[in-house]
Amino acid sequence: MADLRTPLSRVKGLGSAREGTSHFWHQRLTSLLLIPLVLWIGFTVAALPADHATLVSWVRQPLVTVGMVLLVAAVFYHAKLGLQVVIEDYISSHARRTLVLLISNLLCLLFGIVGVIAVLKISFGA
Amino acid sequence: MSNNNRPLSPHLQIYRLPLTALLSITHRITGVLLSLGCLLLVWVLVAAAQGAEAYDSLMAHLSAWYGQIFILGFLFGLYLHFCNGVRHLFWDAGYGFELETVDLTAKIAIALAVILTLATWLVAGAA
Repeated sequence: MADLRTPLSRVKGLGSAREGTSHFWHQRLTSLLLIPLVLWIGFTVAALPADHATLVSWVRQPLVTVGMVLLVAAVFYHAKLGLQVVIEDYISSHARRTLVLLISNLLCLLFGIVGVIAVLKISFGA
Repeated sequence: MSNNNRPLSPHLQIYRLPLTALLSITHRITGVLLSLGCLLLVWVLVAAAQGAEAYDSLMAHLSAWYGQIFILGFLFGLYLHFCNGVRHLFWDAGYGFELETVDLTAKIAIALAVILTLATWLVAGAA
C-alpha cells in the first residue's frame, strides 16, 4: 500500500536530534533578516559623529532601539548556528565536540543577552 | 588495481583552489572571526550603556591605529561574508550553479565587498 504520509511530513523531524531542516532554515531566515539590518545600522552608525551623546540619542529613537535589539539577537543566533556547523565539522571526538558546542552556544546566548540589555539600558536611560 | 585513474579528492597542499573554493573556506573563516568581532561590538554597547566615561576610553582605543585596523578588518570581513552569503542564498533558491556564473558571482562578491568597505569607511571619515 502506498504511503499516506506526505513528503513534507516524512522529512519533518528527521536527523539524530529530530529537528529536521530547522537548523538550515533558521540560518537562512536570520541571514535574510540581517541583510537590511546590517546595511541600515552599519551605514547609519558610520555616518554618526563618534561621541557618546550622539550615539545615545540615536539609539533612543524607538525604531532604532527595535532595530538594534533585532540586530543583536539575529547576529548571535546566526553566529550560534554557524559556529555549530564549523565545530561539528572539525571536532570528531564526541566528548570534546559536545563540550565545545556547549561553550559556544552558551557564549552566544550570554553575549546576545548582554547586548540586548545594553541596548535597552541606553534606550530607557542610563 | 584496475581503477588507478579514478579522481582523487583534492590534495590541499598541491592543489590550487579555484576561486569558489577559496571563497567557501573564507566564508567559514570570516564567519568565525566575525563572531569573535561581535563580542567587541557588544563591548561598545555595554560601554555606551555605562556612560560617557567608559565609552570615551573605549573609543580612544578604537580610534588608535590598532583600533582602526580592527574596524577596517571587521568591515571587510563583514561585507565579504555578507556578499558571499547573498550568493549562497541564490544557490539555496536554485540559481547560479553554472561554472561561469559561479566564477562571475565570486568576483562580483569580492568587488562589492571592497566597494562597501570603502563606502562605509568614507562615510565614517566624513562624519
